[in-house]
Amino acid sequence: MIYLQLFLGFLRVGCFAFGGAYGAIPLIRDVVLSYGWLTDEALTYMIAVSESTPGPIMVNLATYIGSTQGGLLGSVIATFAVIFPSFMIILLVITVLKTFLGNPYVQAVLQGLKPCMIGIILATGVYMTVNNCIPLAENSSFNRKAMVVTVILAALMTGVKRKRKKKMSPIALIIAAAGAGIVVFGIV
Amino acid sequence: MKRHILLDLLVTFMKIGLFTFGGGYAMISMIESCCVEKKKWISHDDMMNITVIAESTPGPIAINCATFMGYEQAGFLGALAATVGIILPSFGVIYGISMLLDNVLEITWIANAFQGIKIAVGILILDVAVTMIKKMPKKPMARLIMWVSFAAMFFINMFHLKFSSIGLMMAAAAVSLAVFAMGGKDSQKDGSGWPEGAGEKGSQGTKGGERK
Repeated sequence: MIYLQLFLGFLRVGCFAFGGAYGAIPLIRDVVLSYGWLTDEALTYMIAVSESTPGPIMVNLATYIGSTQGGLLGSVIATFAVIFPSFMIILLVITVLKTFLGNPYVQAVLQGLKPCMIGIILATGVYMTVNNCIPLAENSSFNRKAMVVTVILAALMTGVKRKRKKKMSPIALIIAAAGAGIVVFGIV
Repeated sequence: MKRHILLDLLVTFMKIGLFTFGGGYAMISMIESCCVEKKKWISHDDMMNITVIAESTPGPIAINCATFMGYEQAGFLGALAATVGIILPSFGVIYGISMLLDNVLEITWIANAFQGIKIAVGILILDVAVTMIKKMPKKPMARLIMWVSFAAMFFINMFHLKFSSIGLMMAAAAVSLAVFAMGGKDSQKDGSGWPEGAGEKGSQGTKGGERK
């Protein structure tokens, strides 16, 4: 039965997908291909779509595959299954953690985790920004248009911050970026 | 009053869900801006704790953050409202795409807009990292872990190594724990723990109200 398969498959993804969607892509691929829900090619395309549409990538994939396999009910079931484990785990962590947070050993672990995570986020941001302008993986040269957009956005951010003495909202930046993308990549 | 906060959570996280592209880290900057700076639901330190916990538990970081934030504000129903809120927009968009069956990304102007958004996502992640570094306690040990993790992760990204961030985090936790166990001063003095009565049991229920 497809609904049960969708539920179990995405429950597995939800349970074992640590560290965000990119780390989870091999697991997702394994589940999706083993059930034969999508071809490898279709999955790659869907990952691209999930990246460009709003929302967590895992949830987007679950919604899409659920919908193609089992209509609206299928997509609801798949989405629910992928979220359910993390929802329950977080509720559990909250209740347990509050009691343990005063523990010096737990504190010591957190003291290590926080800077590590900041380093990871910084690396991801630097890598993404650089990679957009100078694709590091392929041996291609500068992406000039991407550089132009990067400069425009950076200037916009600092400009707004200086003028309003307040940070530009991420939503405004996304909208501006979409506009800049249409203009720079399309027309120029 | 209670209903207000639930509706507020739902709407706020729907907004965050609608504008978050490209996964968890970009979401963090969105949540910082909405929930920490604007709504002042939680402090920056709490946000750091949530992010660490979200990173080290399975599931999408965005969902973990939403569930946590919702629970802190209004208990179980709050967690539910925030989680449903963050899912709803992308569920609608993806369901629509799957119905259309058209290759949406092949429409030129949409593809161009997404290329622009991709660049913004990188900048947003960079920005959230810089904010976090600025607010980080200035301890040599923390700095060291931060820069080593940065270098390692950049290397991993650059050469597409099969080593997930969770392994890196486990190593950092182990190092920090070892230093503490050996009696290092650095981790003993804690400046950035869970604020406002972290260890006290039962403080969670009143937290939402206190902050309003």
